[in-house]
Amino acid sequence: MTAERIDSFPTRQIDGYRVSHGRPFPYGAHVVPGGVTFSVFSDRATSMTLVLFERGADKPMEELRFPPEYRIGSVFAMTVFGLDPENLEYGFRADGPYDPAKGDRFDAAGILTDPHARLLSGRDTWGVPPDWSNPYQYRAVIALEDFDWEDDAPLGTPTEELVIYETHVRGFTRHPSSGVSAPGTYAGLREKIPYLRELGVNCVELMPIFEFDEFDNSRVNPGTGERLYNYWGYNTIGFLAPKAGYAATGRYGMQADEFKALVKDLHKAGIEVILDVVFNHTAEGNEQGPTISFKGLDNATYYMLTPEGYYYNFSGTGNTVNCNHPVVRDFVLACLRYWVSEYHVDGFRFDLAAILDRGPDGSPLPNPPLLEQLAYDPILRHSKLIAEAWDAGGLYQVGHFPNYGRWAEWNGKYRDVVRRFVKGDEGTVGELAARIVGSPDLYGGRGPTASVNFITAHDGFTLNDLVSYNDKRNDANGEGNADGANDNNSWNCGAEGPTDDPEVNALRTRQMKNALAILLTSQGVPMLLAGDEVGRTQLGNNNTYCQDNELSWFDWDLVTANAELLRFAQSMIAFRRDHPILREARHPLGVDSAGVGLPDVSWHGVRPWEPDWSPGSRLLAVMRCGRDASGGRDHVYVAMNSHWEGHDLELPELSGGAVWRVFADTADPGGTAERRVGGRRHHIGPRSVVILTGSTA
Amino acid sequence: MSVNVTTRSADGITLVRLDGEITSNSAPGVQDRILPLAGDTGRLLIDFTGVPYVSSAGLRMLLLLYRRAQAADAKIVLVGLSEEVRFVMSATGFLDFFEIGDDAETAMGGVRP
Repeated sequence: MTAERIDSFPTRQIDGYRVSHGRPFPYGAHVVPGGVTFSVFSDRATSMTLVLFERGADKPMEELRFPPEYRIGSVFAMTVFGLDPENLEYGFRADGPYDPAKGDRFDAAGILTDPHARLLSGRDTWGVPPDWSNPYQYRAVIALEDFDWEDDAPLGTPTEELVIYETHVRGFTRHPSSGVSAPGTYAGLREKIPYLRELGVNCVELMPIFEFDEFDNSRVNPGTGERLYNYWGYNTIGFLAPKAGYAATGRYGMQADEFKALVKDLHKAGIEVILDVVFNHTAEGNEQGPTISFKGLDNATYYMLTPEGYYYNFSGTGNTVNCNHPVVRDFVLACLRYWVSEYHVDGFRFDLAAILDRGPDGSPLPNPPLLEQLAYDPILRHSKLIAEAWDAGGLYQVGHFPNYGRWAEWNGKYRDVVRRFVKGDEGTVGELAARIVGSPDLYGGRGPTASVNFITAHDGFTLNDLVSYNDKRNDANGEGNADGANDNNSWNCGAEGPTDDPEVNALRTRQMKNALAILLTSQGVPMLLAGDEVGRTQLGNNNTYCQDNELSWFDWDLVTANAELLRFAQSMIAFRRDHPILREARHPLGVDSAGVGLPDVSWHGVRPWEPDWSPGSRLLAVMRCGRDASGGRDHVYVAMNSHWEGHDLELPELSGGAVWRVFADTADPGGTAERRVGGRRHHIGPRSVVILTGSTA
Repeated sequence: MSVNVTTRSADGITLVRLDGEITSNSAPGVQDRILPLAGDTGRLLIDFTGVPYVSSAGLRMLLLLYRRAQAADAKIVLVGLSEEVRFVMSATGFLDFFEIGDDAETAMGGVRP
């Protein structure tokens, strides 16, 4: 049964190292009986050398050139026997032409990271300044991949049931107030699972956790002189490697186990894990950027190049991954498959995903092979695929991202119109109506689950700042306040920034509740930005990509300080869970589709059945009618008033003796105590949202 | 770097004391010594008082041991874990699989009928 393999013996020696043919697939480095097999692709390299280090050593312990016979096609593969995988780091030297105009940038003087490295060392503990004199910064390490998952698997929660919570692994628990044993880590986040359960979210979307270098930002904070980081991490170095600096055990190289333990426990709590992935560019920048891996291994394959050999910059960061090149497609697919099969993640949010449908010359493809492949891939078949459907090159595809019936989108139009409505802009009610029922104008053929609804995300103001600042305050980013979006659709409620005016503060709380109430009663998939449920502020900074400090960190003292807002958020999430009519996977038709005597959706104004669609309208009520989970009749009436005056609403009549009850009234600071409406009239206060339920019970 | 393994048995309990770092180098040797014990004893106490460091490969060896013991209906108790080793095991989820005791004598006493 356990007979040794006949290929588990070396066939020759190089420099005293016993070696043999390697296995070309899968790429990367894998432990095999007696040794480690290494495999790397390069189309244009003339020779390849495997560089071996003892863990942490400055100088290589050995360099083994791949014999010509160990190259199959464009793949160099070699097994080296007698290595201790735990005490080893490796890289490659690729030799070949240096002719940038033709796309070639080979330089055998540099040591290159394996693009398929499944662990990287070199940035093992967050914030420990690197030794830049070391010739090999991001060091490929061999992963021991076995993990005791027991019976865990991706959860497969129906998309329409998701409530997504976008957070940053470090920022979530790094603040001293978090009280966890390992602040700012995967393990720290794991300790906060009970908080997520109480909040009621069932999916966390993690900002990039692929290995990146927090030190790749050279700016300083002009106010304090402190160096700034790459805190968000949208600058990938290792596409298969979880960031070691986010692991309490990164210094022992155990980040994979720590991250897996997090995923496993989130799953036990019924919470899915979506990764924010950045395949549109890499950390290598343009021709002035560092050579880390792809540039030196096969520049012309991995990057979109101009006819003169420069880098196209559709990402706004210097380079653009050539993601519809067949080899790169395979690479992206291999990465995603790996995260699903090895780490059990439930889905992905693709940063600047419009780039993924550009061809090698940058032009958008009508049927982009990468997107099609991801949509139909067997391993990814049930993974959530969410596109940020635009890029920095001007391609804006919200509503028409090539989707193959599989892809959802961050609905930027939802964000914009809800913000404008809440702040009291005119001319928003008509579009608002479409957005809150799942944007049938954008996703008619795809259903509401194609729409990830959000009002705030990592990129932009937090919810509290959205109601506290008219203008961004990004000076601390060291770019003269020129970075970050200018068009925020925000309103400060009467004072710019923190104030002790109780009226302004009360209005801000109400406006935050209004936003949460609209978001969580909208059809589609709601996404909350972590901390918005407790009024987290970034003091007006709407682009904290570089701020590894209290501007970005979740302040856990807010959980008690803003307990009322938190309770409201919790109750709204629970309300959504308890009312399936709010999260139907099909768009409503405006007819009695559930046989309850009333249409599935209807629109109302101050008077029932008389919505005011005029440009000056600031009040809209929507009534959803259908069935609850046990098949009984359910009615939900949501009145949204962004007018600075209150109004007396006449409510639609219910059939069969059903009566209206108040579930929430954002003008009532007491919160969400349910009470019966006397008669068919109800007052809605200025700038507030009222939610009523109708039932016979 | 090898790990010194000493064992003693009493009342159906086997106590194994380890001294040294458990890494990919030393783990196979430790495993060869302990694995047979996991099957023939009701309860296996492993004393880590002399273990300053357990690497990724070392933790895997422990989990393998746990799975073997489970198959044989035996119990494994880890005692004398240093704060650091315990922290690493906790952060990576390995700790969830094991029963943990403070020190060998207490644990021995605790399981006696």
